[in-house]
Amino acid sequence: MDMNSFSPMMPTSPLSMINQVKFEDEPDLKDLFITVDEPESHVTTIETFITYRIITKTSRGEFDSSEFEVRRRYQDFLWLKGKLEEAHPTLIIPPLPEKFIVKGMVERFNDDFIETRRKALQKFLNRIADHPTLTFNEDFKVFLTAQAWELSSHKKQGPGLLSRMGQTVRAVALSMRGVKSRPEEFMEMNNFIEIFSQKINLIDKISQRIYKEEREYSDEMKEYGPIHVLWSASEEDLVDSLRGVARCLDQCCKATEKRMSGLSEALLPAVHEYVLYSEMVMGVMKRRDQIQAELDSKVEALTYKKADTDLLIEEIGKLEDKVECANNALKADWERWKHNMQNDIKSAFTDMAEENIHYYEQCLATWESFLASQTDLHMEETSEDKPESH
Amino acid sequence: MEQAPRDPERQLQPAPLEPLGHPDAGLQAAVSEEAEGARDEGSGEGTMTENNFWLKKIEINVSEAEKRTGRNAMNMQETYTAYLIETRSVEHTDGQSVLTDSLWRRYSEFELLRNYLLVYYPHIVVPPLPEKRAEFVWHKLSADNMDPDFVERRRIGLENFLLRVASHPILCRDKIFYLFLTQEGNWKETVNETGFQLKADSRLKALNATFRVKNPDKRFTELKHYSDELQSVISHLLRVRARVADRLYGVYKVHGNYGRVFSEWSAIEKEMGDGLQSAGHHMDVYASSIDDILEDEEHYADQLKEYLFYAEALRAVCRKHELMQYDLEMAAQDLASKKQQCEELATGTVRTFSLKGMTTKLFGQETPEQREARIKVLEEQISEGEQQLKSKNLEGREFVKNAWADIERFKEQKNRDLKEALISYAVMQISMCKKGIQVWTNAKECFSKM
Repeated sequence: MDMNSFSPMMPTSPLSMINQVKFEDEPDLKDLFITVDEPESHVTTIETFITYRIITKTSRGEFDSSEFEVRRRYQDFLWLKGKLEEAHPTLIIPPLPEKFIVKGMVERFNDDFIETRRKALQKFLNRIADHPTLTFNEDFKVFLTAQAWELSSHKKQGPGLLSRMGQTVRAVALSMRGVKSRPEEFMEMNNFIEIFSQKINLIDKISQRIYKEEREYSDEMKEYGPIHVLWSASEEDLVDSLRGVARCLDQCCKATEKRMSGLSEALLPAVHEYVLYSEMVMGVMKRRDQIQAELDSKVEALTYKKADTDLLIEEIGKLEDKVECANNALKADWERWKHNMQNDIKSAFTDMAEENIHYYEQCLATWESFLASQTDLHMEETSEDKPESH
Repeated sequence: MEQAPRDPERQLQPAPLEPLGHPDAGLQAAVSEEAEGARDEGSGEGTMTENNFWLKKIEINVSEAEKRTGRNAMNMQETYTAYLIETRSVEHTDGQSVLTDSLWRRYSEFELLRNYLLVYYPHIVVPPLPEKRAEFVWHKLSADNMDPDFVERRRIGLENFLLRVASHPILCRDKIFYLFLTQEGNWKETVNETGFQLKADSRLKALNATFRVKNPDKRFTELKHYSDELQSVISHLLRVRARVADRLYGVYKVHGNYGRVFSEWSAIEKEMGDGLQSAGHHMDVYASSIDDILEDEEHYADQLKEYLFYAEALRAVCRKHELMQYDLEMAAQDLASKKQQCEELATGTVRTFSLKGMTTKLFGQETPEQREARIKVLEEQISEGEQQLKSKNLEGREFVKNAWADIERFKEQKNRDLKEALISYAVMQISMCKKGIQVWTNAKECFSKM
């Protein structure tokens, strides 16, 4: 199967396809292509839920086949994310779309919500596929390839719920000890992500607001053109001019719709993903701090000679390795994340600017052609009936 | 009417009849030729002006507006705006203009002038005044009469009104109009002395005539329908335009928020910082560009509003025709019934019921002398009535002829003006699009450099 072609059935928009390839660290080596589509509603006696079809195409040897098709629900994605976080606590795992939208949601499953979620889920999986480490994660492979029953049984393996909870409690307790021993570079990282998070949230709100305003503008414009047509019915001599204006207004209205859809396809999802990403990164920082705190508490214990020093020294040794690993992993991933973030933001806003340019160009063309038609006619008329001028 | 050239973009348009000009333009009224031709026209009762005044070209400007306080009719303190009217005469040879008159008037005086013109020139479509209160506002515009933007637009509207009157072949010759421009003090008294308020037709009479008239000229009936449609469609258009303006304002202004946030964000970025910062600046430029755009659009809306108000002026002419026609019909009916009465008295047959006939039956026949006397009175009345009917008929036909001539003039003016207005709207949109392309191209460049 030709790995470089996309099946026409794949619902990826050109923009997102380009974005996917842009993230690639090594574009020539992309060997895993994932699409998420066909949301389907399932009704059982207990609950209603949606599954999405996931198609994976790959040339990798470790995969049994070159193409896989499975159905997954949101819960499965949550499981995958949890496993990845567990396996790589200081790597920046891509964010999942929110569980629910808090405000203005009457029905959990309206079409816009499902479509937004579908796109975000596809992004999530492709981000993982593009990550140099995460892409080889075993649970990821299972997620993409296992049939429903296989997945269920696979999920049951691994540390139990109680032990996972225990870890969380300890982690929280440790993180309470403060971050006074955080190395300089991670302080910088933390400062950055805090401010970034604030700003990207604001940008998210602003972008959503722009979409709303454009929607309302478009609604009013829909009425504007037709009035001119109505007027032309009672004005014999102005029919051309009035209908001409009506046509321009209608075209501009269409151009606005296009601009809006550009916004909702590209800018809004991109910005929103980074809102969620910034939360992920802050979580990763905390986990790194926790790992360090574990080490610090043992070191402290050693100084107070609270327990068996030999055992402590051995534990400290292990923890020092752990901290070093964690720090290195985070540092590398941070660089990679920042680099991607810059590219993504840059391309999202560049595309938005392009959409706006295109919008104004379309409107300009329609008004200019109207003006041309009018001034030609006008020249003819005024030269006929104009009174003697001074 | 000619127009002083303004900014380059406007010069590209063919020279239009565009009285509603740029705020700083002085517009000239080439009155002389038209006034000459119109000298014998019209049945207006307004007195004629000095011919000298109108043989020169004149320029009228409403150049300033000033807040004033004074005492009103109830002797209470009030604040109002006064407008400075400057009249210049232009020498043919060298085109230089000389300030001949300069005085201050307030809106209510303009209203007085217009009401006077309505009474004395009922066959003319009298130009309307700019609106008394701000209507069709969108959220940013103040509905307050003291708001500087409103005052500025009103100043332009008042100038436009004066120019319309000055360029009308009949109205321009009116003495009261001449005095409005030249005699500051005492003008109000002079107008009131004409007694025009007494001559005005009562609204009730007009309403009655509208309902009861049997044979109005079909053209006037059609004109009435047209003016109703015009009013309705322009109102609707202005309402929607105001809403569209409101929304457009929202879209532009929200982009301004990007500017602030990008700027704050750029502080923590090394490579992206510059791009973000400068892109943010362009977002600010974009957001603030809407103010000028919408201000220009207000002038366009004012052009449409003028024709919205013109609809009422058209209806006024129709009403006058209906009144005259009804009057004529009543007079004819009255004459016919008198003639009938006369005939019955003469021949002794009673075909119609009359009170006299009734009382005669009840209280006895009248004497032949009494009957003769009554016939004589009736014959006199009939003769008078026939004269009156003849002159009313003549009046009516004159009115229709003159009114229709002015209506044709108005129609051509309207078609020219509205076409121009629509073209100027297109020009505005084009300018807005070009600005948009520029800003977003700049922004795109900044983004791509991030």
